[in-house]
Amino acid sequence: MAYALQQLINGVTLGMIYGLIAIVYTMVYGIIGMINFAHGDVFMVGAFIGIIVLTALTGVTSVPLGLLTALILSAGLCALYGFSIERVAYRPLRGSFRLAPLISAIGMSILLQNYVQTSQGALERAIPPFLPGGLRLMDENGFVVLLSWMQIAIVITTLVILAAFTYLVTSTPLGRAMRAVEQDPKMAALLGIDTNRTISMTFVIGSALAAVAGVMFLLYYGVIDFYIGFNAGIKAFTAAVLGGIGSLPGAVLGGLLIGLIEAFWSGYATVAYKDVAVYSILAIVLMFMPTGLLGRNDVEKV
Amino acid sequence: MKNLSQHLKDAAAVAFVALLLFGPFLGLQLSDNNAGGLSLSTRPALLAIAVGLTFLARMLMLYWQDNFGKQSRGTTFTHVAGAYGKLTAPIILLASKIPFFVPVSKTAAAIARSGRVIGFSLLIVAILIPLIPGIANFYVDLGVLIMTYVMLGWGLNIVVGLAGLLDLGYVAFYAVGAYSFALISQNFGLGFWECLPLSGILAACWGIFLGFPVLRLRGDYLAIVTLAFGEIIRLVITNWVSLTGGPNGLYDIPHPTFFGLTFSMIGGPGTFSGFFHINPDPQQRTSYLYYIILALALLTNWVTLRLRKQPLGRAWEALREDEIACRSLGINLRNTKLTAFAIGAMFGGFAGCFFATRQAFISPDSFTFIESATVLAIVVLGGAGSQLGVALAAVVMIGIPALLQELQIYRMLIFGIALVTIMVIRPRGFISTRKPTVSLGKAKIIGAEMISEGHG
Repeated sequence: MAYALQQLINGVTLGMIYGLIAIVYTMVYGIIGMINFAHGDVFMVGAFIGIIVLTALTGVTSVPLGLLTALILSAGLCALYGFSIERVAYRPLRGSFRLAPLISAIGMSILLQNYVQTSQGALERAIPPFLPGGLRLMDENGFVVLLSWMQIAIVITTLVILAAFTYLVTSTPLGRAMRAVEQDPKMAALLGIDTNRTISMTFVIGSALAAVAGVMFLLYYGVIDFYIGFNAGIKAFTAAVLGGIGSLPGAVLGGLLIGLIEAFWSGYATVAYKDVAVYSILAIVLMFMPTGLLGRNDVEKV
Repeated sequence: MKNLSQHLKDAAAVAFVALLLFGPFLGLQLSDNNAGGLSLSTRPALLAIAVGLTFLARMLMLYWQDNFGKQSRGTTFTHVAGAYGKLTAPIILLASKIPFFVPVSKTAAAIARSGRVIGFSLLIVAILIPLIPGIANFYVDLGVLIMTYVMLGWGLNIVVGLAGLLDLGYVAFYAVGAYSFALISQNFGLGFWECLPLSGILAACWGIFLGFPVLRLRGDYLAIVTLAFGEIIRLVITNWVSLTGGPNGLYDIPHPTFFGLTFSMIGGPGTFSGFFHINPDPQQRTSYLYYIILALALLTNWVTLRLRKQPLGRAWEALREDEIACRSLGINLRNTKLTAFAIGAMFGGFAGCFFATRQAFISPDSFTFIESATVLAIVVLGGAGSQLGVALAAVVMIGIPALLQELQIYRMLIFGIALVTIMVIRPRGFISTRKPTVSLGKAKIIGAEMISEGHG
């Protein structure tokens, strides 16, 4: 029981990070209909900026100050990365052959990975635990269920960001523009929406979210390398597809599900096959629900 | 230059963005300090160079846009050639003589029109490469590598280019082929030639097996599930240590024999050199491998070309153009999709089997997503659906990085930049025009803008 509770806590924390990345996949996919393969790598870049800032701030003792600086700098710079990536690699391909942006995104992903690898080295980088300790929830025959402060911080940060993002999408002019572009870019443009600007803003906000996820990943695990973006990106995209691509609650749900599957599979079966379990469940769900759990079933038009 | 001050401002803004982007990565460097923690050192010179280069590049780009920007996009190479031409007038005279600098769209159309001739002459060149006297073994070996990717590209072209099913996990079948051969040869003592068809059949079975669950999926759902299958196969290979050797891989995989004759460095009876009374030379085996993969690649090409003219191939192309219309015309979607997966997988399996015999060692590291991405990039860069384009793309994308041996650590970086650049310059690949397989009256070449494959 205690063990299951611990896995539940770990799974939810991991799922929150996945959900935060997945929501952007869904958003970008909805708006320009492409799999942004480089998004996982923006997440990695965010984690690296985080570790660089934290290293630069070694002398600073105030934990909230350090954390806030790392989050803000990382989010700001990653937003700039997202903006530049969209301008350089995706905008020229808008309205072009469908596979072209996909290949361009894969190229961008390879580029970012190797850019970080060659500039910062291929070694794993570790930082000491940032926020040690936590709440002892339960003690069962010596097995302590620990809800660490870091986990609480991650879940709270994610929930706040998700709430803000939901507000942004549902209730602000920018969100309205985003949804309009998602439904019909041409019509939106005719009605006076600057589609290019809207898409740029989506990338800016999305990359900032990826950076936040990256910094939290860094603080939670303490170890990063240039390759983390690939795995996290694939998992998050799996989450977005599982939840039904295009649906914001679906992305969070998918992320949570994947986090939980991973945690429980590692806890009760074999760690080595946890990813196999995730992908198999994805395939099984899609076999029976081809548009994911919360996806809309588009009416096919001829 | 009329807008000089404007341009300077623009380039300065871009350089400022570059400063922010490159700052943390090029300007600072993380390293482990003696206390076991991390420390930072600064690299101002590198950062300054990077930002300066960005500024220059932006200025050049603006200059070029000013002078040549009014023409339509797509003839970018002419623009580049023109911009350089203004700077270096004499070179342009020479450059204009080289076909590369002629507008690529025109060249591509010309290539598509005279595809038969060019394809045939390329084939002759390909056949003659190992026979060039004094050619270094390295180049023949590089030829083997390129040919392997040509074959993989042609195999994936069946799935992506013809049937329009976006497959991001093609490497799974490559792995199945390689591991089938390695395991069969180690456990049952069979050689390359016995295992080649078996590998193909096994890979095709996997193609059907993995194809079933994805029959109802479209577009990107299909892409992510195929990617997931690729990862599942790689993870199983990595973790099933008792069967596959796990991350350590399998070694001592037999090399192919020539009608029972082996290739040995020592010579003697039963070896190729002993039988023909010639000196043993490593190049004999490399050349032999080269001709095997050339034959396999040509087989793939021949089968594809034949199938395109048959009902099955037409059904694939109909499926690619419009799934609903295809279904309304009574085409069995399930069988059409499954045969595409199976045949594509079969050629992937052949290539995998060949890869195993060439390397004599395989490990899961050879079957990562990056391989799938490379093969897909070759197909798309070549112009999905065009056989000649795929071959040209394989030569460019595999041959050039392999020649940059000294730049080993920057190789993938350059690969990434090249993918983005080529896509931005030519979104539809090198050869984007297409000739319909069937037509009423005279066949017309279809322009790039009319082709829309990959709807899944």
